[in-house]
Amino acid sequence: MSTDEQILTAKDYSSDQDVRWCPGCGDYSILKQMQTVLPELGIARENLVFVSGIGCSSRFPYYMNTYGIHSIHGRAPSLASGLKSVNPDLNVWVVTGDGDGLSIGGNHLIHLLRRNLDINVLLFNNEIYGLTKGQYSPTSEFGKYTKSSPLGSIDHPFNPLSLVLGADATFVARAADRDPVHLREILKKANEHKGTSFVEIYQNCNVFNDGAFEPWTDKRQREENTLKLTHGEPLIYAGGKKALRLNGIQPQIVDLEEAGEDDLWVHDEKDPTKAYILSRFFDHKPSEGGFPRPFGVIYSEDRFIYEEAMQNQINKAVETQGEGDLDDLIRGKNTWIIE
Amino acid sequence: MPETLKLPKVTIHFAGDSGDGIQLAGSQFTNTTALHGNDLSTFPDFPAEIRAPAGTVAGVSGFQINFGSVEIHTPGGKPDVLVVMNAAAFHKNFQNLKPGGIVIANEAGFDKRNLKLANLDVNENPLDHIPSEYKLYRIDITGLTRKALSELSLGMKDKDRSRNMFVLGFVCWLYNRGLEPILSFLSEKFSAKPDVLKANVEALKAGYHYGDTIEAITRYQVEKAMLEPGEYRHIVGNQALGLGLITAAKKSGLSLFYAGYPITPASDILHFLSRHKNFGVKTFQAEDEIAAITAIIGASFGGALGVTATSGPGMALKTEALGLAIMLELPLVVVNVQRGGPSTGLPTKTEQADLFQAVYGRNGEAPLPVIAAESPSDCFYAAIEASRIALEHMTPVILLSDGYIANSAEPWKYPKASELEEIKPVMAYPNGEYLPYKRNENLVRQWALPGIKGLEHRVGGLEKEDETGDVSYDPENHERMVKIRAKKVQKIADRYFPLELVRGPEKGKLLIIGWGSTHGSIKVAVRNALAEGYEVGQLHLRYLNPFPHDLAKIISSFDRVLVVEINNGQLIKLLRSEYKADFTGLNKIQGLPFRAEEILQKIKELLA
Repeated sequence: MSTDEQILTAKDYSSDQDVRWCPGCGDYSILKQMQTVLPELGIARENLVFVSGIGCSSRFPYYMNTYGIHSIHGRAPSLASGLKSVNPDLNVWVVTGDGDGLSIGGNHLIHLLRRNLDINVLLFNNEIYGLTKGQYSPTSEFGKYTKSSPLGSIDHPFNPLSLVLGADATFVARAADRDPVHLREILKKANEHKGTSFVEIYQNCNVFNDGAFEPWTDKRQREENTLKLTHGEPLIYAGGKKALRLNGIQPQIVDLEEAGEDDLWVHDEKDPTKAYILSRFFDHKPSEGGFPRPFGVIYSEDRFIYEEAMQNQINKAVETQGEGDLDDLIRGKNTWIIE
Repeated sequence: MPETLKLPKVTIHFAGDSGDGIQLAGSQFTNTTALHGNDLSTFPDFPAEIRAPAGTVAGVSGFQINFGSVEIHTPGGKPDVLVVMNAAAFHKNFQNLKPGGIVIANEAGFDKRNLKLANLDVNENPLDHIPSEYKLYRIDITGLTRKALSELSLGMKDKDRSRNMFVLGFVCWLYNRGLEPILSFLSEKFSAKPDVLKANVEALKAGYHYGDTIEAITRYQVEKAMLEPGEYRHIVGNQALGLGLITAAKKSGLSLFYAGYPITPASDILHFLSRHKNFGVKTFQAEDEIAAITAIIGASFGGALGVTATSGPGMALKTEALGLAIMLELPLVVVNVQRGGPSTGLPTKTEQADLFQAVYGRNGEAPLPVIAAESPSDCFYAAIEASRIALEHMTPVILLSDGYIANSAEPWKYPKASELEEIKPVMAYPNGEYLPYKRNENLVRQWALPGIKGLEHRVGGLEKEDETGDVSYDPENHERMVKIRAKKVQKIADRYFPLELVRGPEKGKLLIIGWGSTHGSIKVAVRNALAEGYEVGQLHLRYLNPFPHDLAKIISSFDRVLVVEINNGQLIKLLRSEYKADFTGLNKIQGLPFRAEEILQKIKELLA
């Protein structure tokens, strides 16, 4: 894709604007991983467009030395759809958050996913409204105490990955701000995927919701609690001590030392049923008897992309009807002359 | 042989149940009348429900056409002819018929069941009580259609659906219209259904020949109109608007990206454009009104002519995004085909009550240009003009149409594409440092498209620093930017053509100002008032924001100003806030266009 001989570095993708997230915010890590990955992907700066809505995460485009639009609350997916439709050569990223993408903009997100434009969506999930200073979000856990839920939230939270699988997303992955190497790998895979890539990134808001993801990001806990997915590899976790097996469609945790490696669940990111089961590893933490939380590419599918189908219809119309002639169109089929 | 009477103009009102195919009969009568060379104007009037309760007054669908050998500017006031398919249609419309007019009635639609559905006395057929001064054709349209189609293997229900063609055939006979244009339309429409095609064709012909079988009847002839010489076609407003958008894209060298969410009465624009993909038109049926406008903002950022069309409720949803487009200073055309409001209001009826919404309806200081189309064919030119302003001034533009002109038809002396002026978008080219908000002499910033090296930049809804476009919270910068944005819109008026009166003397007692679809009715009223010796002038405003510079001078040349609107008085308030004059409003808020007589009456009242 690069149109330039010159070799770019992370710095070249960084704009001259001061980054204004709170010190210690997880957004810094995500920004850095993005700026690090882009030179490796070789995408020319002029072909990149970052599109965002409103919220902390949505300041992202200002910090990228590329094209960018900081739009209005929740609408980045539809804005990006229009942009990608008129210029399919662009490399378009939507940066959104749990409030922006799943609350006010939930409708646009699901419709982008079903249409499957070749756009990458990064949803920074911090389970809180940060920029408005700490109200519960659609991903906040039930019972969460916040400024707007002093008695505890009575909203059942979204399971973002199940939601997007339900919208027939063709690429679904999870990563975390505190695992930069893995995050970079997922960003690359999201970019490689032809179609809408949805990446949920666990992002710590150290001011309003500090430690929300600690079970999965804290060094002492994460081994027991997380499951790193690799296509074609068995689902082994807890430092090789535990693994998962499927009994019909019922997942089971097995002790590897007792059970051995036979009949283990081998990750197949092309299998939508198994992907859905993995997305349901969500309701209970392992400490509450739940399954480990999966990270990596849960699902990936090849499906036609919208902007190509759109262009194909135009090509076909030109092929069968000929390129439109403006005078013929204005004249129409029935005319008469007045002398 | 029946005698033939020549008439200068005729108004026919077709009415029936909303499942009776009245709109199709009306539009095909229009088609053949246009090709006959008459001037004409139409007005479809139908219920919001797709199939309102059959046979009831609420379910009556109407289509009025006014055609003549003389100039026609309105769909006519009281009709000369009423074609009714059932008792409800008769009951709803008979009182509007001109005294001594013609009634063509489907006898079968006046049985006890239909009388009951129309809430009439089941023992009194109203056709029996029409005063003798009226001319009544009682025809068993249902029975005769069935008889004509008796050889066909279609079911009774399908046969009955061809009744509209029978009555259309009869009316064509009565007014000496050729069937050819209708036959060619039918062959195309029903090419995949030979049975249905045959039924429609047979019924149409049977209706036409029925005329020859009745005795001592008068036929009518309306000669070709003495229109300006040239080549004409028949055009409906929404279709003209779509044509104008495709033309504007071609004239600006851009591709057209149109996003829309289905809404009455704007959906036909989406339908029209989606059929013209061989012009490179990309159409996007969005998940909601907000997605439609934000998609076109994205498309506009990417370098396309981004357009959306909607109606009042959809406009309300788009207001936040309009503010974004104002902040981003990107070209955008947003069409509002107005309907009766507020809220869901009267979806299929016309109104001009979204003018305030267009001019003021956004948060913050958010001015944008607003223009209006005045007739079906003018929708073509208005769409081009809206696109021109958007592209040459880097701004969202609101184009106001309404349900009346959107669905109405008229003959159009169409232009050649080469006669239309080019549109010149203000493009940025890489040349040293690119400052996104640096402006030209018209205060217009340059459009820098992604994909071009050296023009990388970020835009957003946060306040911009002058020239650089960086985020700025500086108090003085904000005030400066608010004023720059306002002045930029004001400067669009520098490029308008001089304002001219539609008709009437340059000075006088009364100036009539209108905007949008009232043009035709005001024109007829003023013509008649002038003929009767009243000193009146007509001024019609295309540009509603900013107002033309020379408006002040014209207003001051008249003693009084009458502002005619299909709303509760909106333009009049905008005018009062800018100009000092003796303004009076004439307002009609019934979901219907003005009749010329209503305006004439007001003129006489004011000048009495």
